Amino acid sequence: MLAYIIRRLLQSVLVMLVVALVSFSLFRFVGDPINSMVGQETSIADRDALRTQLGLNDPFLVQFAGFIGRAVQGDFGISYRLQQPVMELILSRLPATLELALISGIVAFVLGVGFGVYTALRRRGWLSNAIMTVSLIGVSLPTFLIGVLLIWVFAVELQWLPSFGRGDVVWVGGWPTGLLTASGRASLVLPAITLGLYQMTLIMRLVRAEMLEVLRADYIKFARARGLSNRAVNFGHALKNTMVPVITITGLQLGSIIAFAIITETVFQWPGVGALFINSVRFVDVPVMAAYLMLIALIFVVINLIVDLLYYVVDPRLRVDRANARH
Amino acid sequence: MSALARLWDSDIAYSFRTSPVAIVAAAVSVVMILAAVLAPWIAPYNPFDPGSLNLMDGFTPPGQPNAFTGNTYVLGTDNQGRDILSTILYGARISLFVGFSAVLFAMVLGIGLGLLAGWRGGWVDSLLMRIADVQLSFPSILIALLIFGVARGFIPAGMREQVAIWVLIVAIGLSDWVQYARVVRGATMVEKGKEYVQAARVIGVHPARIVLRHILPNVMGPVLVIATIGLALAIIAEATLSFLGVGVPPTQPSLGTLIRIGQQYLFSGEWWILLFPSIALLVLALSVNLLGDWLRDALNPRLR
Amino acid sequence: MAFQTKSPAWTRGTRSALLAGAALALTLSAADANTLRWARVADALTLDPHSQNEGPTSTLLHHIYETLVSRATDGSLQPRLATEWSIHPDDDTVWVFKLREGVTFHDGSAFTAEDVVFSVNRVTAESSGFKALHAAVESAEAVDDHTVHIKMTGPSPLYVQNMTNFFIMDKDWAEANGVELPQNFAAGEENYAVRNANGTGPYTLVSRDPEVRTVLQHFEGHWAEAPEVTEIIYTPISEAATRVAALLSGEVDVVQDVPVQDIARLEQTEGITVTAGPENRNIFFSYDMTSERLASANVDDNPFAKPEVREAMALALDRDAIQQVVMRGQSQPSAAPLPPFVNGWTEEMNAYGAPDYDRAAELIREAGYPDGFSVDLNCPNDRYLNDEAICQALVGMLSRIGMNVNLVSQTRSLHFPLIENWETDFYLLGWGVPTFDSAYVFNFLVHTREGSYGSYNGARYSNPELDEKIEALATMTDLEARDALIAEIWDKVMEDRVFLNVHNQMLAYAMRDGINLEVHPENQPNMTTVTFSD
Repeated sequence: MLAYIIRRLLQSVLVMLVVALVSFSLFRFVGDPINSMVGQETSIADRDALRTQLGLNDPFLVQFAGFIGRAVQGDFGISYRLQQPVMELILSRLPATLELALISGIVAFVLGVGFGVYTALRRRGWLSNAIMTVSLIGVSLPTFLIGVLLIWVFAVELQWLPSFGRGDVVWVGGWPTGLLTASGRASLVLPAITLGLYQMTLIMRLVRAEMLEVLRADYIKFARARGLSNRAVNFGHALKNTMVPVITITGLQLGSIIAFAIITETVFQWPGVGALFINSVRFVDVPVMAAYLMLIALIFVVINLIVDLLYYVVDPRLRVDRANARH
Repeated sequence: MSALARLWDSDIAYSFRTSPVAIVAAAVSVVMILAAVLAPWIAPYNPFDPGSLNLMDGFTPPGQPNAFTGNTYVLGTDNQGRDILSTILYGARISLFVGFSAVLFAMVLGIGLGLLAGWRGGWVDSLLMRIADVQLSFPSILIALLIFGVARGFIPAGMREQVAIWVLIVAIGLSDWVQYARVVRGATMVEKGKEYVQAARVIGVHPARIVLRHILPNVMGPVLVIATIGLALAIIAEATLSFLGVGVPPTQPSLGTLIRIGQQYLFSGEWWILLFPSIALLVLALSVNLLGDWLRDALNPRLR
Repeated sequence: MAFQTKSPAWTRGTRSALLAGAALALTLSAADANTLRWARVADALTLDPHSQNEGPTSTLLHHIYETLVSRATDGSLQPRLATEWSIHPDDDTVWVFKLREGVTFHDGSAFTAEDVVFSVNRVTAESSGFKALHAAVESAEAVDDHTVHIKMTGPSPLYVQNMTNFFIMDKDWAEANGVELPQNFAAGEENYAVRNANGTGPYTLVSRDPEVRTVLQHFEGHWAEAPEVTEIIYTPISEAATRVAALLSGEVDVVQDVPVQDIARLEQTEGITVTAGPENRNIFFSYDMTSERLASANVDDNPFAKPEVREAMALALDRDAIQQVVMRGQSQPSAAPLPPFVNGWTEEMNAYGAPDYDRAAELIREAGYPDGFSVDLNCPNDRYLNDEAICQALVGMLSRIGMNVNLVSQTRSLHFPLIENWETDFYLLGWGVPTFDSAYVFNFLVHTREGSYGSYNGARYSNPELDEKIEALATMTDLEARDALIAEIWDKVMEDRVFLNVHNQMLAYAMRDGINLEVHPENQPNMTTVTFSD
């Protein structure tokens, strides 16, 4: 067990290094940060001096080594754009993104499982077909368009919900939350729907497919033959067996929630890390871009590690499998 | 009976015949794809020829004559005086081209690597699957953005716009190969253990032949399902990337680029610039998705 | 730190929507009359007044800090912290500033000449974002508590024009907080002045969450008459559609960057007023007219080097069509490569004729391109109003005269380095002239690239005779002779067609009815000028 964990940890570190290397090597292609940092009067000599000062003229490997050296100590430098320590900046934006991702994830999960179960049980019903078709609209339009349309209908025309921002936040033990204020909750609705629609469709389809498989499995047939009620079979056996892959996939999908958060946050001016990243790309704010990508990589690594360890604990066959694989 | 033949046997045909959703979705898909492919012949104008555009035709409402030029267009014109109908047809062509190419690219890459991982096993398998893990969890939009960024760096300045569409294809394709690889790898491992494959290996049949003749046909079903859904996803991904400022040149817009441009007119009164391309994209993606849905159910033998 | 606005806009909106159909009117009348909720595309990057020479940053800082002189909406200079300024009668290299008396900083300390001297030293420091504007400063000296002499390296008759974004910091505050110099990125430490401020301005900083919300409150001790706006809530909203939506839904009171296509509709919307006015910025195309051959062209020579080709392009550009369609009437078409605000502009330079495609096509053939030629056009897609659409329109026009133009439009951070590094053959550029004088245009766009000159001279234009004249402009004290020389330089530049100017940009601010705010030519509105009429 210990050896396995150590091996996985080493692998994780390697993944982080690769992500760092790849993302770092990309920055030179995003544009020239100097142009964004200085006024139009700045002479070419002064621009070059700033470039040298920032170390952008150093050989790539020197820049990379310096970055890793500092990153290991938790120092990601100062944002070129906002002139604040990058770590502080990202940490101050992270709660907004996590709250949005969490709420939309929960909504997507609950609705996705509910609709998935219903459409699996009533496979040929008209309501099932309607749910299946309507839910597809969510994945048949680009996220940014859905967001803009929601703003138009619910903020401008109906004036039910705010069009931008996070509303008022309350600090709870160092964590700024919007969940405790009316404006914060109202602000969350449209972005959460925009972000969760895609995931909901995905989860719903997955649940439906898994349910359909499981319902035809032998042990379900036995259960029915034993005279168990439909409810007991459907929810006690079928749904339970469906949940393991569903939860796994949902967990692994956190990365894609964060990716789509980039779009959602931009459309709704949501003050999270995604909007920060997009603004940083536009400005070529290298320190923030680097730190953001490392953060994403870290989130991935941690989730994967947890999933793997859970499997290891839960599924004894995997242990055998892993053991064999080593030979 | 070979797997390919099984794919097209009467069960599928029957399932198709009895599913009105599938028939409508298929019909709409075919019509849209045909319209897009035949755009140069059926579109009233060529919006990609800048010399034929008259700027003064811009913002003509659908079916009404332009205030300056008096020209009338069925679906109106956009901010450059392009006929919306023609631009949608040409744009769908670009979107479908990007979508199909990206799916093909992802499919070839995914199947190849999946077969390799499944057949060879061992460290090759571990390495490929770890890469797949990384990629599956790393946001695909980010991956596409990054690939686009890298490509910009390698491609000489004068060439960038000509190859932008190919870069886009590779970017979307590369972010989407993992699903194919996983399915194919799984199937390959299962088949590899079966007796007929063992026997074939023993009698010295070339592995490539075993893979092509016996393993590949078995995975074509699920691969086709992934590819159909993937086509819709790729078309949407192209639109999303366009929103982020990455994509095809505005002089040759895709459906996604048209929507990106159109959403600037949501509050300005020129609703047709956003509405018609959005409907086109929605109908296209929805019908492809529905087709994928039906295919998934139809190909699942246990659901018949 | 909790942010509390008195009553959330949408709850009011919901109630009023339920109660009556006229939701908008009710929402608006419910807003606090003295609070102004102000939205624009981007936030200030920093509160450090000498670090970033960038529009939104300076705009916000004008509310917290003050300058010696400021720019009025008509472009003229107004006294602010300085009451008088002049060139020293005995030494034409010295500027004399008389300072306003009785001014205090937000922390209560008095504003004196020492603060100005300190600020001069800080703004000319190596890490200052404004140092190029103050390059001619040699030293500053406090003659008495309310008189400052600024010694220049030579006669600088127009230096005061460079000072409209030169903010005065409190020397003691800066020293106490260790911010004697602007942010140095290589040092790896955050400067205290980035998030804290102590100015003399009409508003004090209440709270700031970068890119989320900045709250300012009227400074009771300010020297001027109290403004009607006593509280400002400033929120950046980067997406144009969301920004407009926020105004329509009554969540903000003023939107500074209104997309041109939305202006007409907003004007017709009940409860919304739009003010528009010219910006001090012109939009033009330019091209490499010097290199032997072009990197992106399909011909072996440089077509742009030929006067016929440049003339043909001028004949093909339909400025009126771009104004009417692409800009929706919100621009001032002009052939003059400088805005009317700028010293040196004349009515004649502005004039242009109707496009003549036949003649233009003929000129291309005469230039030796019977089949035309192809070339890339580089264009930003997120910098100027409808920049990409302007380029697209030009592509169409040029294709009618045999030029096959391949449009390359990209984000600003990729576009502008192309001009700086001479990697583009043909490009779009917009140029604001903060000094309101032609010399600023010549220095950066016309002078041969060398030293601090010609950094945006993407045309590679080089005329040693003109260079000499441009350099002479900097120290000429006889303003009449200087103006004559400027006219002379423009004659040559126009004759050589270094620039193909399209138009001057217009700005539009949209606000709820009852708010009056004029458009500022440098897009730096000051909320002290806002009046409420209801």
